[in-house]
Amino acid sequence: MSKGADIELVQVTKRYGAALAVDAVTLKIPAGTYCCLLGPSGCGKTTTLRMIAGHETISEGDVRLGPAVVTDLPPAKRGTAMMFQSYALFPHLDIVDNVAFSLKMKGVDKAVRRTKAMEMLKLVQMDHLAERRPAQLSGGQQQRVALARALITDPQALLLDEPLSALDPFLKIKVRQELKKLQLQLGISFIHVTHSQEEAMALSDLVVVMNGGRIEQAATPREVFNRPATAFVARFMGDHNVIAGRVTGIADDTMTFEVPGGASFRAPAEPGLEPGAPVEIAVRTDRVKLAGDAPPGFGLTGLVQNIEYHGQKVQIALAAPGVDEFSVQVPETAFFEAPLAVGDAVPLAWTSQDVHILQASPSA
Amino acid sequence: MTLSRLAPYLQAGPLTAILFAFLVLPIATIVMVSFWDYDSIQIFPAFVFTNYEETITSPVTWNTYINTLKYTVIVWAITLLVGFWVAYYLAFHIRSATTQMVLFLVCTIPFLTSNIIRMISWIPFLGRNGLLNQSMMSMGLIDTPLEFLLFSDFAVVLAMVHLYTLFMVTPIFNTLMRIDRSLIEAARDAGANAWQILINVIIPLAKPGIAIGSIFVVTLVMGDFITVRFMSGGQSASVGLMMANQIALLQYPAAAANAVILLIIVLLLVGGILRIVNIRKEL
Repeated sequence: MSKGADIELVQVTKRYGAALAVDAVTLKIPAGTYCCLLGPSGCGKTTTLRMIAGHETISEGDVRLGPAVVTDLPPAKRGTAMMFQSYALFPHLDIVDNVAFSLKMKGVDKAVRRTKAMEMLKLVQMDHLAERRPAQLSGGQQQRVALARALITDPQALLLDEPLSALDPFLKIKVRQELKKLQLQLGISFIHVTHSQEEAMALSDLVVVMNGGRIEQAATPREVFNRPATAFVARFMGDHNVIAGRVTGIADDTMTFEVPGGASFRAPAEPGLEPGAPVEIAVRTDRVKLAGDAPPGFGLTGLVQNIEYHGQKVQIALAAPGVDEFSVQVPETAFFEAPLAVGDAVPLAWTSQDVHILQASPSA
Repeated sequence: MTLSRLAPYLQAGPLTAILFAFLVLPIATIVMVSFWDYDSIQIFPAFVFTNYEETITSPVTWNTYINTLKYTVIVWAITLLVGFWVAYYLAFHIRSATTQMVLFLVCTIPFLTSNIIRMISWIPFLGRNGLLNQSMMSMGLIDTPLEFLLFSDFAVVLAMVHLYTLFMVTPIFNTLMRIDRSLIEAARDAGANAWQILINVIIPLAKPGIAIGSIFVVTLVMGDFITVRFMSGGQSASVGLMMANQIALLQYPAAAANAVILLIIVLLLVGGILRIVNIRKEL
């Protein structure tokens, strides 16, 4: 199989008229990385992927693949291959001819290209359906064929545009395991666009969270989940409570800040945060305890708004003055030892180790 | 209970009645009359094959059919080329839906006047002392007027292309608009150039539209008589024109036999097109 290459985006910008779709994105994806571009719709993730693929012109900046600048090369000359969201299989061709399409375009002999295509179909375990047309296949099967068609060009990086969005939830999990296995087997970079944080965390070595055409954070899934860079990342990854306020005082290595409702909280002091400065902190929902023994500034009392049973966990949504959308995850057994009801007032507590201070968002 | 059982028949009734009155009955009448006998002043019921015998054995019929088929092939080829070109431009090069719609409506503007007027308006343009000849002569391009421009096969084909190209543009445009644009990107991703995309992706996917357009053009040209009469100035014949002449001479059974033969040939042509291309997914 081909050797992978590093992909580098340098100040890549995309403008549609006056609208800025991607704003000076700089990113380095080392060879052999499973990278997920994650973000809500309209955040510029698909545009970024299409610029790497060459299906979208780059307004400013450069894309490098290995040592070569590919900014102005046509898609097929870049060494990337793209798998489209709807798979984009040719409905008039059978599976073998679909996979062999790029070889046909190169003028490879029919027998040779069909043999090569059959090898690729074996790799994705679709060789037994080689004579079928795309319309006769299920979504998961079409996805595999699309994968084989992209891989036959021997790409240095595979670009996947929401490859799992058309599949049902069970198949999604199965297919994503196969994708990860294939990526490890081939050793090339996969760049995968998704709006599902679960998918991104399950698959990637590198998660790139995007919002408003900019990168909010690019790091390992564990880093992104445990140390979200911004309030946007914390909210988008979920399972985090964000508390926003203004610093009122700093004593020793602890600072105090006040939220609009008047309640005040504490957090470890952070250099650069003077009294009066806006501050945002994140506390993981599973680190918040239902307990009244909170040290001052590390707890609040909330009114239970909603209780959702999630199996292993019970998710409790609470309302508290000055804090929007506060929720707590409690292990199932612990919850049912002392069940709560909607309308109950509950004291909550966390520790200073659980407080993570967030940076200002670059897209704000 | 009885009403609910009757309801489907009542719903299908009006269409059945219309098809029976305006399709089945006329064709049955034509088939029936084609076996009748006639003399110079009247036709009378009979069951004779002379109408068919005379039609099939006459070299005039053969020449006329060959001439009509010649028009059909030439007009089909030109309308296909022009029609595909126009549809391709509208579907792939015009990005805004509004411009697309406006340009498509522009294509239909000639249809705001009648066929005959559109045809006749070529005459002052193409005539011996017409606009085209005079302009070319005053520009010094030619010394004597070009005779082939009017009352010739050229004029017939030109008028037919003018009349029928839109019947090719519309169905092809319709199929092209339905092609998923990501298929074209996928082809480009696989290294196909514009020409390869056209040959390997767009044309195969446009086949149903091409087939429907071809059926329109073939049936229209095969049955045409007025264009041939006006634009050839009576120097060329078509099957339709032959029938019109027979009717003018009150030889209804002969015209009916001719009509039945033409119907069979056109149905065979349409059947041939449908064998080659599956148009079901367009309907």
